[in-house]
Amino acid sequence: MSPPGQHARAVLSARGLVKIYEMGEVAVTALSGVDLDLYEGELVVLLGASGSGKSTLLNILGGLDAATSGDVRYREHDLTLADDEHMTRYRREHVGFVFQFYNLIPSLTTRENVALATDIADDPMSPEEALALVDLGDRMDHFPSELSGGEQQRVAIARAIAKRPDLLLCDEPTGALDYLTGRVVLSALARINRELGATTAIITHNAPIARMADRVIHLSGGRIRAIDENPDKLAPTEISW
Amino acid sequence: MSALATKLRRDLGRMVGQGLTIALVVACGIASYVTLQSAYASLLAARDDYYASCRFADVFAHVKRAPESLAARIADIPGVALAETRLVEPVMLPVEGLSEPATGRLVSLPRSGEPRLNALVLREGRALDASRPDEVLVLESFAEAHHLEPGARLPVVMNGVLRSLQVVGVVLSPEYVMAVGGGAGQEFAPDALHFAVLFMGRDAMAPAFDLAGAFDDVTLRLEPGASERDVRAQLDALVAPYGGVGSVGRSRQPSAFFVDNELSQLDSYATVAPMLFLGVAAFLVNVVLSRLVHLQRPQIATLKALGYGRARIGAHFLELVGAIAALGCVAGVALGAWLGRGTLGMYAPYFRFPSLAYRLDARIAAAGVLVSLASAALGALGVVARVVRLPPAEAMQPEAPPTYEPSLLERLGVARLLSTEGRMVLRELTRRPLRFFFSVAGIACGVGVVVVGGFTFDAFDVILDLEFESAERHDVAVSFTRPVPASSLRTLAAMPGVLAVEPLRVVPVRLRSGHRFHETALVGHPAGAELRRVVEWPWHVAPVPDDGLMLTDMLADKLGLTVGDSVTLEVLEGDRRTRTAQVTALSREVFGMMAHMELGALHRLVGEEPVVSTALLRTDPADEAGVDARLKRLPAVASVGKRRQVIAQFERQTAETMRITALVLTLFGCAIALAIVYNNARIALSVRGRDLATLRVLGFTRGEISAVLLGELATHVLVAVPPGLLVGRALSGFMMANVDAELYRMPVIISGATYAFGACVTLLAAMGSALLVRGKLGELDLVGALKARE
Repeated sequence: MSPPGQHARAVLSARGLVKIYEMGEVAVTALSGVDLDLYEGELVVLLGASGSGKSTLLNILGGLDAATSGDVRYREHDLTLADDEHMTRYRREHVGFVFQFYNLIPSLTTRENVALATDIADDPMSPEEALALVDLGDRMDHFPSELSGGEQQRVAIARAIAKRPDLLLCDEPTGALDYLTGRVVLSALARINRELGATTAIITHNAPIARMADRVIHLSGGRIRAIDENPDKLAPTEISW
Repeated sequence: MSALATKLRRDLGRMVGQGLTIALVVACGIASYVTLQSAYASLLAARDDYYASCRFADVFAHVKRAPESLAARIADIPGVALAETRLVEPVMLPVEGLSEPATGRLVSLPRSGEPRLNALVLREGRALDASRPDEVLVLESFAEAHHLEPGARLPVVMNGVLRSLQVVGVVLSPEYVMAVGGGAGQEFAPDALHFAVLFMGRDAMAPAFDLAGAFDDVTLRLEPGASERDVRAQLDALVAPYGGVGSVGRSRQPSAFFVDNELSQLDSYATVAPMLFLGVAAFLVNVVLSRLVHLQRPQIATLKALGYGRARIGAHFLELVGAIAALGCVAGVALGAWLGRGTLGMYAPYFRFPSLAYRLDARIAAAGVLVSLASAALGALGVVARVVRLPPAEAMQPEAPPTYEPSLLERLGVARLLSTEGRMVLRELTRRPLRFFFSVAGIACGVGVVVVGGFTFDAFDVILDLEFESAERHDVAVSFTRPVPASSLRTLAAMPGVLAVEPLRVVPVRLRSGHRFHETALVGHPAGAELRRVVEWPWHVAPVPDDGLMLTDMLADKLGLTVGDSVTLEVLEGDRRTRTAQVTALSREVFGMMAHMELGALHRLVGEEPVVSTALLRTDPADEAGVDARLKRLPAVASVGKRRQVIAQFERQTAETMRITALVLTLFGCAIALAIVYNNARIALSVRGRDLATLRVLGFTRGEISAVLLGELATHVLVAVPPGLLVGRALSGFMMANVDAELYRMPVIISGATYAFGACVTLLAAMGSALLVRGKLGELDLVGALKARE
């Protein structure tokens, strides 16, 4: 699995990742030996069926979970044996997350949800700026219960990118959305990848979405089965599923 | 075991901490009920048994002097089953160790030694020997306070003559269950020290009071169904010509009155205290069950889809609550039985019953259990009703996201001052104002209960300060065997080691106004007295008027007198003449039903030379032993009392009772605060777990997210503290309102330290339980929280 020539530097490297969940007396292997590099500024789609290990991989890469064995490096930092404090700082400073179920704080308005991230970041953009990037400049003072699903997801994206993360990790960002709304959300992600240059990884089980990626990583059974380069990537508006 | 029963068991297993804390509050509630009710019932039974077995009289009447022949006419009054005449006379006892002589009663016993009414119980020694006129039996409370044993000799001033009497036995009397004389002047805790009751053969006693062939007191037993009112009216008419002062029924007999008063106090506490705890328990059940039901919506839907009926599902949740409440009941009854026994033990030194056995009636326990279960059910009712009404299809859907809006404070612009986390806390509070209110009210109750515990100490300090620091400022009180000329004080003043001397004249009197009367001590103070002053609440020295009587306002109330009125005054020593005096001032003293006069005015009123009964000394601390020795050598000195010893005695008597009460109340108050904060915290964690995990994912540290969680809890507690202090004050006031004004009037003063203690203890209990929950923040499942809605 050699890196494509146009991407020079690996931001995140994983080697020999194994993740085994002990569920009582049964051990379930979620990842069995994954090697992976993510390069600066690229947009990667991790494609796989349910149970293929893609969420587990994303959680380990994002510092939410630790591998049973194997190494993860973020630039010059070794995350493999990092303690809770280091993992927290890694997430705080470098990683933006977007979740399938948005995970907005219901008691905070749109602007305040984004401010949650900007309050603790070193060099954030303003919440207003972040929300403008996802076209929500006019919904700043609404609470989550007053927003549609697509709008909530875009708030979540604004919250993830407001800190200018190096890595933007998205777990099924369109999973809870209808087709049209999903496209709006994907457009926002593509635009941010383009304009901010954040390395972006999107998990999906929805194959057509892969056509917007620079690279597509196919997972199944806890292994990477193939990595496809996509020289003719499409804009999300050109994709349909 | 049915599947539903298994679910119940597992649900309980998962909420052990919450279940236990709720059970704890239920236990406190039922324990307070069982404690107070069982102590009440035990005292009531002891009282009734005692009154019955000792033939406690139904009607009491005192006269000045009536011929014995009147006895037969009294016995003939319709409705009278039995009439017994006797002699009851006031005496003074200049006992060693007291600053002022003890006052008391000398009561005659018939020749047989066994009165037909108001029989005595011999606790120690033997009965009177009719052939020995100087023998007396002494009431146990006084004997204990002065360590008197059979064989001891006792100085007693009988009709102005000092005699030395021999104690041959120690007894209990149903007329003196509580050793109160109905006006000896010292009606609070150290009664036993200052109030004596002696029993003497009537043949020996009559000549000393010039009452041979006569009686001055009669007690009656009524026939079943007889009207006390009618009998008393006829009796009063019969004895009026002989100086009758109006009969009283058993309910107004002084000891019986105080016992009944104490019992009704217990009874009213037994209602209020449990209500407080069970109210809190109902609130907690409501909050915890609401959360559980919220979490179990899909399960409830599934059960309904499977065909479980509404009643069965409702019962399932009630069983859960019932199990928790039942645990509280078992613990509460056990704790209540233990504390009840202890409470009864605290009464033993004050209530002199021949036997005071603790009994826990099954009906009391059952009533406590029923009330507790009912309060838990009350808390559960609304929630269970929601459950059974929930349509299955709707329950399958996740509940709609909670709706928030900017709070009023934010619209006023306050929120700009708050951080994002601060705003989360604020909105969480304002979104559920009712829950916030009840939570605050509950914690406030906890604070209040702790404050009441501290109040008993403050009250004690006030008594000490008023009586022993502000009012009595002498070091030594010297009592004389009989009043001595005021000039003899010069001898004392000249004595080495004596820095100052002041005279005091104490005359036993009966004050009468119309049909009302009261026996008390009339105290004569020298003008400008420094060593013994009349101190009013709050710390104001009331000057004794140059002329006329100054009564405590409680005594004036009792006699229906006010400034300017005249009062009849019978001097109960010497020539026992009746005088009239004018009330020229009232004092607001905390204790007692006392009368004060200027010394010279008193001499003029009584018609005596300037004499003193007590000398108050201020002495040089460096020469204490020398002063003692020199005083003992003086011939007319009956006793030398040290103020310090009296204080120590008072502290010994009350301190332990107060410490235990305060400890129990503090623990109960903490239990409330702990239970509420812990459950609030667990629920906040459960409701907000997903939010908190999201914040962690966004890079917030554990410390930062605990600020969000604990900030909310801290707000509840901090908001609850000020009203809690007020609740404490109100509860203390309630306690005092239940004390009869004739006993004492305690100002509800609560020190800053007590308030601070109440606040701090509650805050600590709250912090303790919050920290327990904070530990759980480490267990937040970051990955799981992101997967799906709960």
